[in-house]
Amino acid sequence: MSKLLIVVVLVLAVIAIAQLTRLYELSRIHRGKKEEEISLANNKMNAWLWLIFMFAFYAFFAWLVIEYKDKLLPEAASVHGKQIDVILNWNFLLVTLIFFVTNTTLFVFCFKYFHRPDRKALFYPHNNKLEFIWTIVPTVVLTGVIAWGLSSWNDITDEAGKDAVVIELYSRQFDWTARYPGADKELGKASFNFLSNTNGLGLITEQSYSEKMAEVEKEITDTEAKLANDAMSDVNEEAAEVKLRRLKAQLLRIKSMKGSKEELKWAEDDKIVKAEFHIPVGKEIKFLFRSQDVIHSAYMPHFRAQMNTVPGMSTTFRFTPTITTAEMRNKVKDQSFNYILLCNKICGAAHYNMQMTIVVESEADYNKWLAGQKTFAESLPTATPEPIEAARPAPESADSVRKQINPQDTTTAITATNTSK
Amino acid sequence: MAAVDIHAEGHHHAHGHDDHGHHDDHGHHEHVETFLTKYIFSQDHKMIGRQFLITAVFMAVVAMMMSIFFRLQLGWPGEKFAILNTFLGDKWAPEGILDKNMYLALVTMHGTIMVFFVLTGGLSGTFSNLLIPLQIGARDMASGFLNMLSYWLFFLSTVIILASLFLEGGPASGGWTVYPPLSALPQAMPGSGMGMTLWLVGMAIFVASSLLGSLNYIVTVLNLRTKGMKMTRLPLTIWAFLVTAILGVLSFPVLFSGLLLLIMDRGFGTAFYLSDIFIGGEALDATGGSPILYQHLFWFLGHPEVYIVMLPALGITSEIIATNSRKPIFGYRAMIGSILAIGFLSFIVWGHHMFVTGMNPFLGSVFVFTTLLIAIPSAVKAFNYIGTIWKGNVVYTPAMLFSIGLVSSFITGGVTGIILADSTLDINVHDTYFVVAHFHIVMGLSAIFGMFAGVYHWFPRMFGRMMNTKLGYAHFWITIVCAYGVFFPMHFVGLAGAPRRYYDYSEFPMFDGVVDLNTLISIFAIIGGFAQLFFLFNFFYSIFRGQRSPQNPWASNTLEWTAPVEHVHGNWPGALPEVHRWPYDYSKPGKDTDFIPQNVPLEEGEVGDH
Repeated sequence: MSKLLIVVVLVLAVIAIAQLTRLYELSRIHRGKKEEEISLANNKMNAWLWLIFMFAFYAFFAWLVIEYKDKLLPEAASVHGKQIDVILNWNFLLVTLIFFVTNTTLFVFCFKYFHRPDRKALFYPHNNKLEFIWTIVPTVVLTGVIAWGLSSWNDITDEAGKDAVVIELYSRQFDWTARYPGADKELGKASFNFLSNTNGLGLITEQSYSEKMAEVEKEITDTEAKLANDAMSDVNEEAAEVKLRRLKAQLLRIKSMKGSKEELKWAEDDKIVKAEFHIPVGKEIKFLFRSQDVIHSAYMPHFRAQMNTVPGMSTTFRFTPTITTAEMRNKVKDQSFNYILLCNKICGAAHYNMQMTIVVESEADYNKWLAGQKTFAESLPTATPEPIEAARPAPESADSVRKQINPQDTTTAITATNTSK
Repeated sequence: MAAVDIHAEGHHHAHGHDDHGHHDDHGHHEHVETFLTKYIFSQDHKMIGRQFLITAVFMAVVAMMMSIFFRLQLGWPGEKFAILNTFLGDKWAPEGILDKNMYLALVTMHGTIMVFFVLTGGLSGTFSNLLIPLQIGARDMASGFLNMLSYWLFFLSTVIILASLFLEGGPASGGWTVYPPLSALPQAMPGSGMGMTLWLVGMAIFVASSLLGSLNYIVTVLNLRTKGMKMTRLPLTIWAFLVTAILGVLSFPVLFSGLLLLIMDRGFGTAFYLSDIFIGGEALDATGGSPILYQHLFWFLGHPEVYIVMLPALGITSEIIATNSRKPIFGYRAMIGSILAIGFLSFIVWGHHMFVTGMNPFLGSVFVFTTLLIAIPSAVKAFNYIGTIWKGNVVYTPAMLFSIGLVSSFITGGVTGIILADSTLDINVHDTYFVVAHFHIVMGLSAIFGMFAGVYHWFPRMFGRMMNTKLGYAHFWITIVCAYGVFFPMHFVGLAGAPRRYYDYSEFPMFDGVVDLNTLISIFAIIGGFAQLFFLFNFFYSIFRGQRSPQNPWASNTLEWTAPVEHVHGNWPGALPEVHRWPYDYSKPGKDTDFIPQNVPLEEGEVGDH
């Protein structure tokens, strides 16, 4: 029914336009008018329309500013963020000024100089002085813009201090995990080769190393045995051989990653949190980013912070939060307000719902909270882990995401390989 | 001067055609010309231009409908729309609710089609083909055969891209930039399977088409100018097309290599862009590649591409504004200079798309510097347009309205570029709706307005008939209001921190304040979409029923208006016109008419160049 309606409406619209056109053309022919001759009335009408358009446009702009200025991001909650906001506001002032001056000049000229038969345009091909001025003025202004922006950029991207709080943010389709170094103040080494059901960040410890070695070696033996004993179709045999090659490559990679005894201990006391992470106010935070599968982007708009997370590469960003969550709630008069970490690089079906809550609190509260979190070693089950097959998640295709009733689940899933789905 | 030598040769050659070969040639052709050689496998630049245009109009309708579909979801998240079900079926819009993957696919294909198939193939393909030989006084393109091949490769690529819409897993959906690993791994999303393969194949063919076209344009402009047509007497359209073609020749091959490596990573087990990936429960073998490499290769085309899109629109506008202001373009040489400067700078700014990828911050600052430099020639152009209208005698043809619309939106979209080019400020607006607003106002308004302006202005030359002026007015005014209505509020959505390519913003309390803007934007988008019916109707109706065009409907100076209205093979039935003056002698003091075409000889003591 609705399809029919759409078709009917479209057909009627076309017929209506066609009839109006026919009418217009008949009257045009009747009056002996030609399309290429724009009448004085039409020139005048369009000139006025430019003026009306200009005022309507500016009114729309003004309405947007008045209506929405308080609904945009609240004041920056980080040291460099305040600096960014200052530069941004001055830049906005500058570009808004350019916007109004040039657009107004354009529209007013369009209004003023519409065609009249008794007028003749001024033959004025160029004016070197004028052109020189409007080349030099933007150059000087832009030099200022560049200099200010870059000095700030250098500050922002400078190395973090030695006593910065280090946090690793780990991304994958479609959630975030945060990791804090434990008492030894060292983040344990990690690699995608070590990912498993119980080791969602691929941390390298004595235990995870030997488990992974055993697991891969067992798979190699199994596959070899299968190749030797079973009668297989050519296709299956080739697949098994490919698998064998990959397993052996992985084994080599794993072997090359075993660090010293001390290094293997670093990860054991690391603290891993999901869904929400805390940071202390007034302390410099150094984020290290890692990604498991595709590129994501860690976007923390309230802190004016953003950095992509890139598989195979470590990226970093640092900032110092200045306003606690509680203070910000009072400032924005909303007791349910939360700082938030979003994904800002297209990463798949649930890209739009890949978030984590950030809590900014006093250093004392932060320390208390951190002390309450389990270490990686504590989080491991005491029994032998299940074989990897069982832990292997369904492909994280959008199908499985679509079936979720509540997409929020992705962020609250505790196990690292999304078995909760 | 080298230009003179070239022209002398070109002229000689043309004359050869003229005096001996051409007339026989022409007669000969009429005998063998069949429907197939005239309309399908035509080697005539005018027909090829029309083929590009009509293909692009079709693609634009497809891409615009896609945008309306995803705007329905964004404006009214989770609501049921029967129309979505009608077009997308039960799989992609069950009960009329848009599927999340299809949302991303629509966003991706909308961008791909608009940027490459409408604004590159459509804009440059149509007008370079139509105008280069006609405005420089040549019989045709340097190679009619390559030109025909260029169109048919373009056609093939559109077919492949359209075919990918009907795949089971849907078309490519990793965004129009198709960053790996997302686009390289079929496990990552359904659109990265067969849809992505077809996207890559389609784009590779598109690049081939674009290269054939561009090489032809360059050779034609340099070698086939008629007698008297010095480089400094070329209309600005031709300068813009020339520089556009050079940009295309230098940058598209880099995209091609980038895509080729992606094809290798997808199908042949290489690891140019892949490293340390665990997906689908499996640690992949690939190590040592870098996804950032792809971004460098992509944007090495991707940024010049913005100017490949913009320059022809600016060239078209220069011509139309001068003609309809009845006044010489202000600062002709400065305009040429700024086209060249934009062309050069566009090659060294690509990194501004990558400030927050983890690229070395120092490298970032270099790109800040070069990017802000490009604002200078752009500003000069805008000022010169305004300078041209000043004390003009402005005739409001629909083409003129769209050209002025271009100038306004080029300013409005350009100034926010100053903010985005500043790496410090980019941190917080990168990949938000602020960016979406910026590039749509520049490309979705300016470049599209340039295209509309070109169609309205040169329709008489293309089809020998006039478009309806009143419908043109209605089309323009509704379109500009709706287009600003769609993209202006997006700045505010972006400043509220809303990332682009999100399926639903109502999941977050932090966007509650601006979600109603999304509804407003969608309403404007729908009205604006319907307004295009005015154009479509006017366009197709006028092809068949429009008023017959007079010889020079807009009283313009350029050579295309000296050619007969009815197309002839070889453009001019007799000798090629000779050029005696620059193309902007409008309202010259002491003359009876307010225009003097380029082929009118100088009077004694008259200056022909400025």
